[in-house]
Formats: sequence, C-alpha cells, structure tokens
Amino acid sequence: MKVGLVCPYAWDVPGGVQAHVRDLAETLIDLGHEVSVMTPVDDPATLPAYAVDGGRPRAVPYNGSVARLTFGVAATARVRRWIRRGRFDVLHVHEPVAPSLGILAVWAARGPIVGTVHSSIFRSRALVTAYYVAQTALEKVTALIAVSEHARRTIVDHLGGDAVLIPNGVRVRAFRDAHPMSGLPDGPKLAFLGRVQEPRKGLAVLLRAMPDILARHPNAHLLVIGPGDLDEVLTGHPEAVRQSVVPLGRLDEVDKASALAAADVYVAPNTGGESFGIVLLEAMAAGTPVVASDLEAFERVLDDGRAGLTFAVGDSRALAVQVCRLLDSEQLRSELSVLGGARADEYDWNAVARDVVAVYESVMAGSQGVTEDLRGQLVGRLARPRPSREST
Amino acid sequence: MTWVWVAVLLGVLAVFGLYLSMTAGRLDRLHRRVDTSAAALDVQLLRRSALALDLAGTGVFDPATAVVVGDSAHRARAASDDDQVSRGLAESDLSRVLGLALPDEEEVGELREDPDARGMLDEMAGACLRVQLARRFHNDAVRACRQVRRQRAVRWFRLAGHTPLPQTLEMDDTPPPGLPPR
Repeated sequence: MKVGLVCPYAWDVPGGVQAHVRDLAETLIDLGHEVSVMTPVDDPATLPAYAVDGGRPRAVPYNGSVARLTFGVAATARVRRWIRRGRFDVLHVHEPVAPSLGILAVWAARGPIVGTVHSSIFRSRALVTAYYVAQTALEKVTALIAVSEHARRTIVDHLGGDAVLIPNGVRVRAFRDAHPMSGLPDGPKLAFLGRVQEPRKGLAVLLRAMPDILARHPNAHLLVIGPGDLDEVLTGHPEAVRQSVVPLGRLDEVDKASALAAADVYVAPNTGGESFGIVLLEAMAAGTPVVASDLEAFERVLDDGRAGLTFAVGDSRALAVQVCRLLDSEQLRSELSVLGGARADEYDWNAVARDVVAVYESVMAGSQGVTEDLRGQLVGRLARPRPSREST
Repeated sequence: MTWVWVAVLLGVLAVFGLYLSMTAGRLDRLHRRVDTSAAALDVQLLRRSALALDLAGTGVFDPATAVVVGDSAHRARAASDDDQVSRGLAESDLSRVLGLALPDEEEVGELREDPDARGMLDEMAGACLRVQLARRFHNDAVRACRQVRRQRAVRWFRLAGHTPLPQTLEMDDTPPPGLPPR
C-alpha cells in the first residue's frame, strides 16, 4: 500500500505529533508499506529518506502557544506537486485543521483521506473564526482518527461527526533496550522532558518542588531534557536548586531513551494542553517510574494511578511528597517499573499501526487512489469539466 | 439616481451567486465523499460475505452451521443491490449468524487448530472490524451531506441536481464474540 503522510509541524523540532508521524511511518515501512512523509523542516539535511521537504516553518501564535507552521503559495505548490507525483492509495493528514501543510493537503487532494486529530484544537474563539474553513476541510476527510478520548470528544462536540479512537504508540523495544546514559552525577536522578520555557510543560512547578526534595535527598539531581533558555527559567530559584539541575538540552531519540533509562523518577508536571502523554509511556517503557500531574490524559495512561503516581495539577508540595515516596522506597520503584513496563506494552506501535492499516483499508476499498483536486484553483474550475458523479 | 440602485442590485446578486457557487462546490465534495465511503463499505461487506461462504464451504464448520452460515451469506450477497434497508437487514442477519457460529473464543480456539481455518478466521476478524469502520465512516459522510442538503438555499435552487439523497446503512455490525478484533 502506498501511503502519503502529512506532518504539520517542523520535523527537526521535538514534539508529540512529529514523533507520532515518524514512528507511524517507520512502523508502516517495517510492515512492508511504501510511505512518503511531507513535513515542514528547518534543515532539510536532517530528513530521513522517506520524508519530503515541505518548506521552512514560520513561528505563529496558535492554539495558546507559539507554533511553527508552514503555509503560503509556495507551500501549496509543493503539496500539490507531492500529491500529483506520489500516486498514493491513501493520504493520511495529521491535524487536518491546523493551519499548516495538513489543511493544504486536504484542500489539494481528492480520494481516500484519513485525518488524525491529536489535540483539542477547537477551543475558544479560534473555532468561531475558523469554523467555516475547518468544517470544509473536515468534509473532505473520509475517516477521522482521534488519538485520545479528549480529542475525540472535541470533534464530536464542536465539529459534528465522529472519529475512531486509536491511541498513540510507543516504540517500546527502543526504550526498553536503551543503555542508561553514562557520565551523569551520582545520587538519585529525576528527569523532566519538554520545552523549558513553555509554561504548560510545568517546569516551574517542578523547580518549586526541588527545595523540598533536596532537603530530604541533598544529592538529588534533575535532568532537564528539551530545548530552550534554561538560565532564564532558573533565575530567582535558590542556588541549591540551580546546582542540582543538569541541562541536557535537546536530545535525539537514542539519547533521550538512555537519559530516561538513567533516571530514577520521571516527572511530568504539565499544567494542561496535553491530550495524551506519550513521554510518560516512553519513560515507563524504559523502566522508569512516573510521577505526573493528575491531568485526565495522564490518569488514563497511568491506568488510573495504578502504573504511576499522580499529584494535583500545579501543586509543587504534593509533587515533592510523591517524588520522595518513590526515592525512599526501592520496592515501590521496582513495582512501578514492572507495572509501567506492562502498561507501555499495550501501546506498542505494532499494535497501533495494525489498527491504522485497518482504517486505511476500510476507506481505500473501491477507490482509485488519491489524485490532485483542481477545484480549489480558478484554473481548475475553468479548465476541467466536472466528471459525472454517476460513474461510480 | 436609478443607476446606483441598479449597481447595488447587481452587487447583491453577484455576492449571492458566489455564495450559491461555493455551496454547490461544497455539496459536490460531500457527495463525492459519500460515493467513496459507500464504495468502500460495499467492498468490505462483500469481502465479509465471501469469507463467510469460504468458511461454510471448506468444512471448517459442522454441516448444520455451514448450511446456516452459507445461506445467510448468500442472502447478504443477493441483497447487495437492494435498497439500504433490506441490505441492512440481510447483513444484520449474517452478523447474527456469524455470532452464533463463532460464539466464544474457546469454540473458535478448537476451529483454529486447523491451519487453513486459522487463516480464514483471522481474515474474518479483520473483515468484521473493517465493516464496522467503513460503516461508521459512511454514515458520518451521509450525515454531513444531508445536513447541507437541508439548507434552504440548496433546496430552493436545487443545488443537489438529480443526485438522490444519500442513505445511511443501518445494520447490526457487532463482530462475532469468538473473534474479538485483536
């Protein structure tokens, strides 16, 4: 089967959607399918062989944070060319209503189109202004997939229509087999992953909890994985807290896995905006116990708190209590490590990819594949008479 | 002063014409989506009944079960050109019969000992899941299309042309209890 995947966000910036597209693409390739990914990218040299350069992203405020999106005339032309030459059996667009390559691809294509909705993107006033555009784009999508119950409910409530729930996948083996990172300081290690300046990732909540944790475990360290200006975030925090932070910066997948494997506790202090929490599953696959804020998405991934510990969103004190509970008890750590590993298995990519292929097959049957849709263009309207609909 | 009013009138007409043209385009997209999803659903239903016939015809089942499964599969295939209601009834019958023929994992486990049957049963599990998905997508497309066709402008200006109003397919598509979709 020939699949065209569209990723809306810059390929070389870590993010949940990008990781999802990459893992789906690689799993599909492993399963013997032909895959081409079109994605925005800052440095085209970093693209793997199966990906196609969709243009440079531009930073735009969108959905409550700064998103890097690609749009405009040149991007539209690239997407059209890719669809024309790709001759895909099915087009799979991620975030089909995000104002980036996804929505362009939906406009430019006709035929079986699958859309995956990752986040709750329809909140607030954005929906009202973009309603017509979003609605029209979704009307062309043959099948919608939601990665979480939260995302599915947004579709049902706000756009009308339904979606199949297929959760995110984890490359369990890659994380389970990771070698713990060497050269890290001794003592108990906590890990945080995410853009450090993004308030919803909650690094500030964790830093406010550090004095309590350090009081009980003075030689504890916090591994901070992710891009951003850490110094700016650390200003105003006590010297001991600043000393305990080990900045690892942005890591590639292999190093990320080994950093997670080296940590004793993974902390997810997010304050909102998360629809799934894939990093939690990655940490659990690496055998690292998880302490997470009690966001609905996290509770679900943690099997209602059975596979990891939770605390009230934003409550630094409760966070410190839970982290210390884990650091104090070797037994609790190993218990959660086993339970978490088993939980991660349920979300392995092979299982997820099989479900996605079932969706592809149920929309592809009887169609002639994906072709370019010229109706969106004036030239197309004038030049091409509408083929009769009765032919099918 | 009359030319001002003529100009305003022409302007209003032009905007209204543009609106009609856009709505017609939108309706066309929706009809196309319904066509695609209907074709996909048709293929999946035919695939499921073909597999049911295979299972009935290759000695996987005991003779009594084979006759019942074969009969309902034949009826489902024969109904494939009927209207949506009778097709839905025939396909529901096939779902029910498959459910009775493959009642639990224990019984299916015995059938699966035969390597040929195992392949067919796995395919059947996949086919039942795909029928469910395809029907869901189709009914969703129909719902979106009918919603636009209800609009006054669409009805008064006959933007839908002669295309018949799309119908959902109502049927029981519960997969057999003995064949959980993985």
